[in-house]
Amino acid sequence: MPGFDINKLPETEEELDFTDIEEKYQVPFEEGFDTIIVVDNVPIVDESKKDKLFKFITKIFKQAGDIKEGGINMPMEVDPETEKLTSKGYLFIEFETPEQANLAVKQLDNYPMDKNHVLAVNRFTDIEKYSQIQDTYVEPEEEKFVEKEHLRSWLTDPQARDQFVLYRGDDVYIYWNRKTEPPEEVHKRNNWTETYVQWSPLGTYLATFHRQGIVLWGGASWNKIIRFVHPGVKLIDFSPNERYLVTWSNEPITLNQNGGTGSPFGPEDEGNQTIIWDVHSGTLLRSFPSPTSPDGVPNKITWPMFKWSPTDKYFARVSPGQQISVYETPGMGLVGKKSIKIEGVVDFEWAPASDKDRDKQNDKKVREDLMSFWTPEIGNQPARVTLMQIPSKEILRTKNLFSVSDCKMHWQSNGDFLCVKVDRHTKTKKSTFANLEIFRVREKDIPVEVIEIKDTVIAFAWEPKGERFAIVTTNDPNFGQPAGNATLRTSISFYYLEKAKAGKGAENASFKLIKTLEKKTANSIFWSPRGRHVILATLRSTSTYDLEFYDLDFEGGIEQKEKAKLDPGASLQLMSTQEHFGVTDIEWDPTGRYVITSASMWRHSMENGYTLWDFKGSQLQKHLLDKFKQLVWRPRPKTLLSQEAMKKIRKNLSKYSKVFDEEDAREKSSVSKELLAHRRRLVDEWNAWRKRVEKELIEERQAAGLPPVSIRDTENVEVIEEWIEEVVEETEEIVSDDEDEN
Amino acid sequence: MRPILLQGHTRSLTQIKYNAEGDLLFSVSKDHVVNVWYSHNGERLGTYNGHVGAIWSVAVNSTSTLLITGSADNSAKLWEVRTGKCLHTWEFKTAVKRVAFSEDDSMILAVTEQRMGYPGSVVILSLNQDIDAKQSDEPITTIHPEGSKAMVADWGYLNKYIITGHENGTISQYDWKTGNLIQSIQPHTAEITDLQMSEDRTYFITSSKDKSAQIFESNTLSPLKKYVTDAPLNSASITPVQEFVILGGGQEAMHVTTTGARQGKFECRFWHKILEEEVGRVKGHFGPINTISVHPSGQSFSSGGEDGYVRVHHFDQDYFKFKYPDL
Repeated sequence: MPGFDINKLPETEEELDFTDIEEKYQVPFEEGFDTIIVVDNVPIVDESKKDKLFKFITKIFKQAGDIKEGGINMPMEVDPETEKLTSKGYLFIEFETPEQANLAVKQLDNYPMDKNHVLAVNRFTDIEKYSQIQDTYVEPEEEKFVEKEHLRSWLTDPQARDQFVLYRGDDVYIYWNRKTEPPEEVHKRNNWTETYVQWSPLGTYLATFHRQGIVLWGGASWNKIIRFVHPGVKLIDFSPNERYLVTWSNEPITLNQNGGTGSPFGPEDEGNQTIIWDVHSGTLLRSFPSPTSPDGVPNKITWPMFKWSPTDKYFARVSPGQQISVYETPGMGLVGKKSIKIEGVVDFEWAPASDKDRDKQNDKKVREDLMSFWTPEIGNQPARVTLMQIPSKEILRTKNLFSVSDCKMHWQSNGDFLCVKVDRHTKTKKSTFANLEIFRVREKDIPVEVIEIKDTVIAFAWEPKGERFAIVTTNDPNFGQPAGNATLRTSISFYYLEKAKAGKGAENASFKLIKTLEKKTANSIFWSPRGRHVILATLRSTSTYDLEFYDLDFEGGIEQKEKAKLDPGASLQLMSTQEHFGVTDIEWDPTGRYVITSASMWRHSMENGYTLWDFKGSQLQKHLLDKFKQLVWRPRPKTLLSQEAMKKIRKNLSKYSKVFDEEDAREKSSVSKELLAHRRRLVDEWNAWRKRVEKELIEERQAAGLPPVSIRDTENVEVIEEWIEEVVEETEEIVSDDEDEN
Repeated sequence: MRPILLQGHTRSLTQIKYNAEGDLLFSVSKDHVVNVWYSHNGERLGTYNGHVGAIWSVAVNSTSTLLITGSADNSAKLWEVRTGKCLHTWEFKTAVKRVAFSEDDSMILAVTEQRMGYPGSVVILSLNQDIDAKQSDEPITTIHPEGSKAMVADWGYLNKYIITGHENGTISQYDWKTGNLIQSIQPHTAEITDLQMSEDRTYFITSSKDKSAQIFESNTLSPLKKYVTDAPLNSASITPVQEFVILGGGQEAMHVTTTGARQGKFECRFWHKILEEEVGRVKGHFGPINTISVHPSGQSFSSGGEDGYVRVHHFDQDYFKFKYPDL
């Protein structure tokens, strides 16, 4: 044994020299090839230029990571023609870590080294895989065409009813809404989802959440259409035209966990939390890591993380304070290859498209997608709201604002108006008030109008497709108090766009107050999707559950009133005041005919269930359902009828409504007949059962030697009534006869 | 008619019962006292004093001469209705949760609590109708239900069997002579709180904390009707006039302070017995309703609540004239 000397024994354990043993038994570190990449299309050089080439290559690949010392290896051979030692046009590079090698493959594949040489970079481990690919092309077997179900079959319902999904306990139900009758079940499944359900924006798909990912369902049979693997998915968001799906999970993607086949993730997805999917094919388009602030701290997740342009062409997210990153579809790359740096940017919104914009989408001359964003005061620069076109990044309008504490941008659903609700503070910064800055986007030069509000604005809502809006304001001293159980006193104001008087031009149009409703408690505004009708509701209160149904076009509407020189406020009419105890959610059906208010067990466990109202606020149905969780109407896509066709229908409405009324009446009578028959059947069954049982009883009693009927004989009941008269007091009075004589 | 409010108990009611003629109403409560009232005017006739624990159950024989009570003082007592004299006391190992006379008054059953290492049981005792006779302490049978403990029990017609309702929602039919289980079903998902026989004992109604009440055929235990409500139920009763059942309950007493009265659902609910449709509610109690009893000839009904009150409701003429629409 070398190094062992009996006379020189080490004194302590530490001094023992184990190196020889360690060397002998050292497990050779797995020299994986993960760190090696193969670079093809390298210029062919001879010995003399080798060093120069290596230098150049090193320069390129240093971007990806640290190359091991002597890690570049280029095989050379004697060229039979020139008889010189020349390279063969490829070389190997070994990096320090596999991650760096991956990065090199990702970043530098197809790197243009010069005009004639575009580098092909691959993992060394992949080369073998590639070599195993057969040289002859084998035609893949053509999949048999399976006709898909019509995904919009629900729209062909002859009565044009709407569907909704109801989630209760562990069961998910799809129902047809039937005015006064209880809803008709379309489909029911136990444990259909693990957390909640969501419709796609046009109603084509129902998304269910599972531990492993998202599944989309649809069609008449409610079969599985497609599924997206994303472990631990918590939030999803569809693009407006349902072409793309964004999913977010709080668990970063890990590869080994999904090591098997069928995992959609590649090494580039590792650690990412947000994924963009193609809904049609189910393929993963791109994954994104969670956004971080410049110092590397992860930002709080705001959802939707990506906001989609109305055309599905672009999606963008904001890195607060730094930039807006706009990506384009289907390439998933940044527009203009870089994010738009905007110092201090807080938030942005896309302008929605109107139906007209959508119709013209295929024309060449369309207005570009438009986004608005705002930046707070930075140094000497005032706060600012900017309208920018994408992809040209041309700025259409900016507006400077002063003493701003916060901004909220509200686009009208057609993208005609942008209202920026600016919370401002007085110079002393003690009190706040609000300004509404309204951009009339469709007009020339985009005029901005300012409406000053003295109180705090707690809610704002545009009438869908309309020119009116409603705000809820409060000057309640309790406002802003934490965990206040007190219901705030609020006022609700309605505004409308007063059209310019003839001859004065569009610039004179301005928003005017219709009416302010004072001393209310409502804090939420729910416009009917068709406009005109609105519900003012008191939500999140522990004592008040008021619902007020208003009509804004009562008896002809504002224009008629104006013509008649009447107060515009007269067209605002309270139709009904209702209460739904414990209401947590309010949902208009997509046609604006019905509205459902519901009380979900997710918020509290009091009187869970839902109530169906018509737009006038009369209650049609009330269902108290234990463990009721969620109810969502199925959205409808945009109508296919042209404006003219709709006008025509409106004109002839009375003709159609007659038919519908008849249908309703027929249905009602058949239903009541059915109910009647059902009741009769129940009673008959019960009576038949009673007869049988009573007969049995008599027989058994007789067998036991007892009188046949033990049931009380009501005829011969002896009722004894005792009248006890008690003499309380007795006095005698002598009445004189005098009067009789008169 | 305005209900008559009987204020004779200082703690929550546990059971109330009319006698066979319906002129007397017996009420027992956690305050150790048995009260007897004239049912037509709510005048108190007297009390039966002697128990030293909460009284859980009361039963009166068909001739209104004998009364039995079951108490948390681990005893059941036999009283003379007329004088209020305690005739006999049966001692048990644990509290007596339920007592009931057989149809011919010849026997009684007592359901005892499972506690302190003693299993729950149903004890069948014979009863001598003679007031002066000495009662036997030796039970005819003692049934130890397996699995979940029994909460309520009553006799079938002609003393054919007894029916028990259990803590886990099971309903069982036992042969009282041998103590053998005849059949068993589990129609409820939570504790069965009450079990009341129909007039001829051919069917019975159960109420449960699972917020439903159900009617079963006594012989076969086949379910006939089900009434699903939105509150845990403590009691259910069948009306002899009109095809109704009356259900009562409400949010459990321990949760009451956390919400308002509206949320508590302390109402007597009238359901159509055959159509399984709710027809009306009677408000009044400000705590959960613990027990409901209907006058044997259907003239009135009474409810006893956690709030310590008994409310006696005499039906108006409209009630007797009521006809279900379209029937």
